[in-house]
Amino acid sequence: MERFKVIVIGGSAGSFQVVTRILAALPANFNIPVVLCLHRLKHIRSGFEEVLNKKSTLKVIEPEDKTKLQKGYVYLAPANYHLYAEINGTLSLSTEESVSFSRPSIDLTFDTFSYVYKNKMLGIILSGANRDGLNGCILAKARGTTLIAQSLEEAEIQTMPESIIQQQLPTYILKTEDIIKKIIALNKL
Amino acid sequence: MLLNKDTDLSLTIIKQFQTFLFEKYGYDFRDYALSSFKRRVEHLLFFFKSGSVNDLIRKIDANPSLAEQAVKEITVNTTEMFRDPSFWRKMRDEVLSQFVSSPVIRIWHAACSSGEEVYSMCIILQEMGLLDKARIFASDINSEVLANAKSGVYPIRSLDTTKSNFDRLGTSGKLENYYKVSSDQTTIKYNESLIKNVNFRKHNLVSEEGFSKFDIVLCRNVMIYFNFDLQDRVMDTISNSLFKGGFLAIGSKETIVWCSTAKDFQPLSVEEKIYKKIV
Repeated sequence: MERFKVIVIGGSAGSFQVVTRILAALPANFNIPVVLCLHRLKHIRSGFEEVLNKKSTLKVIEPEDKTKLQKGYVYLAPANYHLYAEINGTLSLSTEESVSFSRPSIDLTFDTFSYVYKNKMLGIILSGANRDGLNGCILAKARGTTLIAQSLEEAEIQTMPESIIQQQLPTYILKTEDIIKKIIALNKL
Repeated sequence: MLLNKDTDLSLTIIKQFQTFLFEKYGYDFRDYALSSFKRRVEHLLFFFKSGSVNDLIRKIDANPSLAEQAVKEITVNTTEMFRDPSFWRKMRDEVLSQFVSSPVIRIWHAACSSGEEVYSMCIILQEMGLLDKARIFASDINSEVLANAKSGVYPIRSLDTTKSNFDRLGTSGKLENYYKVSSDQTTIKYNESLIKNVNFRKHNLVSEEGFSKFDIVLCRNVMIYFNFDLQDRVMDTISNSLFKGGFLAIGSKETIVWCSTAKDFQPLSVEEKIYKKIV
């Protein structure tokens, strides 16, 4: 696989366990920034970051606007904001309208990150009950982004990964343990 | 969202559009954050049914009224009543409560957009018995948006969010006292008496100086659309518009630490992003 500058993970219902398994498995010296866009309750602002940090080797933070993307960190899209990439290597936030009833929206995170990072981005779509992420993956694919979908045998709710598999967007369709192997292998590149 | 990969907007074309709006009409979006601005341009292409940015420029060039409309579509941002109820509780209990014995409270909603924050503030002031002595300015770059804000009319579908946020304020008041549902059940209208002390004013936060001094400035989730330089400049304007001891409120995931005026402020609440001006 290529040398990636960012890994962006999108997930919704049924993705929490998978995300925590991935975060727990990453080595402390993992040298690619990880971005999480997970559907969450908009009015519950705190708690999620803490729960993920409990499981994660790397520090999980909910970025403030204009935070610089750095290796060694996991960036969690904050409640009730969209999370975007900027071309100067920073992150930005937006309160634009929800997409597929979601803010943060996976579509918008995948759109803006793939616009900036193109083939230097690895995008991963996990379990989820709606199709947020599909449009973002269509754009990302056209820009050369490598995409992974969680395998349908394993995904707790298939709608989200299935939507991108049907469009033949993912380069890899993998179970969690293989997603983890693939990501960890990137650290050696 | 554009789904045609062939029409991915280049940085060059986005900058060209910004330069056009500035040179032809004086609207300065040159220091807007790129990602959200790009999305707004994509929205404009859809809105004006334009196949390309060049076509969009031709249309707006030929028709000045489209320019004002374009500005509205670029800047319009959905917000909600009582966004972040914990912020509004803090605002009520630790900021507004300090003004109970003051003769007047001067408040500026900078870039108020469609006015949800203004009505949220007015309802809370009314609940506290402070509305009569409030002197509120609500400003925005776009006169159409200001007219919407002044009308107090919002789609009825906004009510679910408003109600659930209002319930989290922990107040004894009833939201139903403050609005009426339209006869066709599609909109609600907030009571005009709520904004009796509100002065809606056209003002461009990006290019104009402040116009008065205030005890409280609210500018929540506005500067996220600006780049560093513009944030810094706008923070100067805001800082100059606050009395010593006045309060600034920004969005829950915004920060002023990178601005040169940051030293003039002390956090009153780190969690809710309320700052006190100390000089």
